Amino acid sequence: MRSTSRWFQRNLLRIYAVLAFTYLLIPVAYTIAFSFNNGGRSNLVWKGFTFDNWLNPCGAPQVCTALGNSIKIGFLATLFSTILGTMIAFAIGRHKFRGRATTNAMIFLPMATPEIVLGASLLSLFLTLQVNPGFWPTVIGHVVFCVSFVVVTVKARIASLDPRLEQAAMDLYANEFETFRRVTFPLVAPGIAAAALLAFSLSFDDFVITNFNAGTMTTFPKFVYVAAARGIPPQANVIGSAMFIVAIAIVIMGQVVGRKRAVK
Amino acid sequence: MFKTGISRPGTPYLLLIPGVLFLFTFFIWPIANLAQTSTQVPIAGGDTGEYEQAFRFANYLDAFLENREQFGRSFLYAALATILALAIAYPLAYAIAFKAGKMKNILLVLVVAPFFTSFLLRTIAWKQILGEQGFVVPVLRDLHVISPSTTLTSSAFAVVTGMTYNFLPFMTLPIYASIDRIDPRTLEASGDLYANGITTFRKVTLPLSLPGVVAGTLLTFIPAAGDYVNAAILGSPQTTMIGNVIESRFFAIVDYPTAAALSFILMTSILILVTLYIRKAGTEELV
Repeated sequence: MRSTSRWFQRNLLRIYAVLAFTYLLIPVAYTIAFSFNNGGRSNLVWKGFTFDNWLNPCGAPQVCTALGNSIKIGFLATLFSTILGTMIAFAIGRHKFRGRATTNAMIFLPMATPEIVLGASLLSLFLTLQVNPGFWPTVIGHVVFCVSFVVVTVKARIASLDPRLEQAAMDLYANEFETFRRVTFPLVAPGIAAAALLAFSLSFDDFVITNFNAGTMTTFPKFVYVAAARGIPPQANVIGSAMFIVAIAIVIMGQVVGRKRAVK
Repeated sequence: MFKTGISRPGTPYLLLIPGVLFLFTFFIWPIANLAQTSTQVPIAGGDTGEYEQAFRFANYLDAFLENREQFGRSFLYAALATILALAIAYPLAYAIAFKAGKMKNILLVLVVAPFFTSFLLRTIAWKQILGEQGFVVPVLRDLHVISPSTTLTSSAFAVVTGMTYNFLPFMTLPIYASIDRIDPRTLEASGDLYANGITTFRKVTLPLSLPGVVAGTLLTFIPAAGDYVNAAILGSPQTTMIGNVIESRFFAIVDYPTAAALSFILMTSILILVTLYIRKAGTEELV
């Protein structure tokens, strides 16, 4: 009896961690399991195993149109927010100038503003300007909230650089541009890549800002939300699960490449 | 922060212009426009959705009084979700940082793994898990934790569960980052000075991990207070949050001034709470 309680005490933290991970991963497991459900159009109750949904991922009306829109919006939002955010990050991370504190505040504010306020305010501007909600208003909305995350991510990378590397390049007679191109930029690039991935996933998964600014256009999250009322087709689970597998594959590849580099 | 020789005085401004212009146009201007909308009144004899400026600041009072309950609920649910997420995340982050060994990277990936699939699908999965056909309700009924007639969905419990779940990685990652940064030698030093495990945790680990706790609670509380998706999917009319009200005012009722006023009250109260909290926690450097 005493040994049981001591075992329990020693492993308390482990047990807690296992429970926490179960809580984190149960909905993911559920989503993946129900992508194999032979449930027909409303995927609420387990009715039997099938591969049909995976063989026919566009089988539900509109689901692939919605996915296509999400990917397009995600790419454009990532492109613009990465460019704008990286430039701001270099300005803040590398230079002292008047208005630096104000710029910092302006980057922090969109992150501290609830998404619903961002979405509603942007829509109210578009309504005032008589711009119809749709594809580009949605892209713009996504860039607004992605930029801050890009700035924070890239800035952290810039801050972690060793200034002596650039000084060494200059000592070896590299001019400003060469130093930037051959030393600074390659060193910051992993941070920019991470920021771009983050921006894409934020944009791809965004529902609130999209719901306000997309008008009649549908995106994948919007499709899921609307479908939720009458039951989500299993194809939505197929797409969600495929996204999960692709993302995990990217992470594993990143780790493997990182390790190979470390070995070299 | 340092200065290399490669900085010309104009460079930072050139780098800033595009981004700052963009944020001015699509963040500051919309907020200003929303402020302007918030004091408008319906045009006499106009159609639904037509408003004119009247600087009627009483809109704020009306909007607040009419939705007191939903405001209270938003902040209550957000606070509950933040506390629960902290209770789950802190030991988890501690375990990953100090006990995981070689598993560290894999466990970190598992923490963010939920993000790899759509958050709406996960929220709807909770609806199924907690629903009548899920596995939780029968178990709890067999154990007599809940009565045969009690359901778990469409309740405050389901909404808070979903919110805690959705924001848990935002809480875990910053706490992990600050715990992981702790130099193990400071803990050894504490042990050498005859502090026991609990004292070491209280006097060394906890204070050093506080910046992560502050960042995590903010990253959870801010989006949770404005959330309406969890309440819409997992809740009932009795669990309506302020986000749901803003959404329905905008789309179903086309009452833009009230929606705008509510947005401002929400944003200002969050900013005030956050500022007080940061002051109290004493960490200015957040971003």
